[in-house]
Amino acid sequence: MTDFINTSASRSLENAVQDHFIPAEAPWSGIVRKGQTIRIEDSYGQQAIDTLFYRADDFAERYSNQDTMRTQGGAYIGTGTKIISNEGNVMLVMIADSCGRHDTSAGACSCESNTVRFGHGTKYLHACRDNFVLEVSRHGMSKRDIVPNINFFMNVPIKPNGEMTIVDGISAPGDYVELVAEMDVLCVISNCPQINNPCNGFDPTPIRVLIWDGED
Amino acid sequence: MMHVRRSPEEIAANRQRYEEHQKKGLEFAPKTLPAPSPLPAPAIEAAAIIHQETIPGGWYWSTALKRGEALRIDQGEGASTVALVAWNATDTSERLNLVDTVKVQWTTSLGKGRVIFSDMGRVMFSLIEDSSGAHDCLMGGSTEASNATKYPGAKLRNTRDNLVLAAGKLGLTRRDIPAILNLFAPVRVDDDGGFHWRGKLSNSGDYAELRAEMDMIVGFSNCPHPLDPDPVYAPKPVIVTRFRAGAPAVDDLARTATAEALRGFENNASMLA
Ligand SMILES: [Zn+2]
Repeated sequence: MTDFINTSASRSLENAVQDHFIPAEAPWSGIVRKGQTIRIEDSYGQQAIDTLFYRADDFAERYSNQDTMRTQGGAYIGTGTKIISNEGNVMLVMIADSCGRHDTSAGACSCESNTVRFGHGTKYLHACRDNFVLEVSRHGMSKRDIVPNINFFMNVPIKPNGEMTIVDGISAPGDYVELVAEMDVLCVISNCPQINNPCNGFDPTPIRVLIWDGED
Repeated sequence: MMHVRRSPEEIAANRQRYEEHQKKGLEFAPKTLPAPSPLPAPAIEAAAIIHQETIPGGWYWSTALKRGEALRIDQGEGASTVALVAWNATDTSERLNLVDTVKVQWTTSLGKGRVIFSDMGRVMFSLIEDSSGAHDCLMGGSTEASNATKYPGAKLRNTRDNLVLAAGKLGLTRRDIPAILNLFAPVRVDDDGGFHWRGKLSNSGDYAELRAEMDMIVGFSNCPHPLDPDPVYAPKPVIVTRFRAGAPAVDDLARTATAEALRGFENNASMLA
């Protein structure tokens, strides 16, 4: 874990309105108001952070990986990426990224897909989909509301022939992304517990979430 | 803040196992997948046909589909893209899951011999015939906004609205619409992640056959793909034929080609037991 890195004079540790440590393998959710900025920090490095967004006053409007990729014309998420909903609205904009590689094509791990990828012996392991189901259930949602997510700091290169594999993450301790909300959103995070692939170096670690008010 | 690291031995063992899976997945073990299916498509035996539907350009359709039946989706008159979504008939919370489909099969490129997974680690469809391999799991379908950008001044039908309509008539809502598989959309990704339309992958009269591996409801939208370079909105009709596919052989390609499909079908079997 490294020290706090300033990206703007208006965003210091002292003036954050929320500051959450999310243990290894755990879920988290919280509201980010329009104009607020959320920083998601990979505190120890090489940790995949599975994230979903829902419009705070209408959960039927939610993050859409396909609309996001199509709108920006490419498969990866980075500075300047508009996070687009299933209704075509901009939910957030990524304004800072110290890592440079984030995935939204490969989805969240689940007990069920683990059996397919790694063998039936991996069925009874913590998984992001279980984290998501638990966390969205606190907001009146269910499995049907779990959609393809963003995997911050997960490295999933896609080759021109379609080949796609999860490879070692490139994030260093303290790497972060910052997103400014264009509407009130519910942010739901699963701090990925996967120990069968290199998305988090086979060793899940804690992360940190900070939220700041807008500058107005 | 404490963090108990896993032991170097545990990490090394897991990495070794991942790399073994990865090698098999990328090197097409146990089976090399075949070349695309031949054109033109052979006739389907009349007695096997249950229903045939022609979806006009710009429109949508949905159908029930029983395990062991198949759909032939045929471009008929030439280039068009067909958006496809699917739900388990007895539990619609189980649905098409493209992120798992591409992740567990180590590729975003689908073709003959590949399978399409649900979110529950089960196989929904086997791609039993496919003349192009030119399908898109990444970009989704057209929307009112994408049409407005591409065809300024015109009010045209789009896939998003079509699927809201299809889902609505099945008692489902926009909460239930999964990410979309685009059949006959030759989208590929360059080294920087940018999308490209590789028209050379497509042929006039392309077709694909998807065998149902569970009882399902399937929804379609027949609208131009957002990346389709044709500046004119003129989607052709597509012909969808629902037919009895017959029992899969012991050496059924989709069931035996990859270790991942084998385990997926084992999950299907446990649902049916
Ligand atoms: Zn995970």
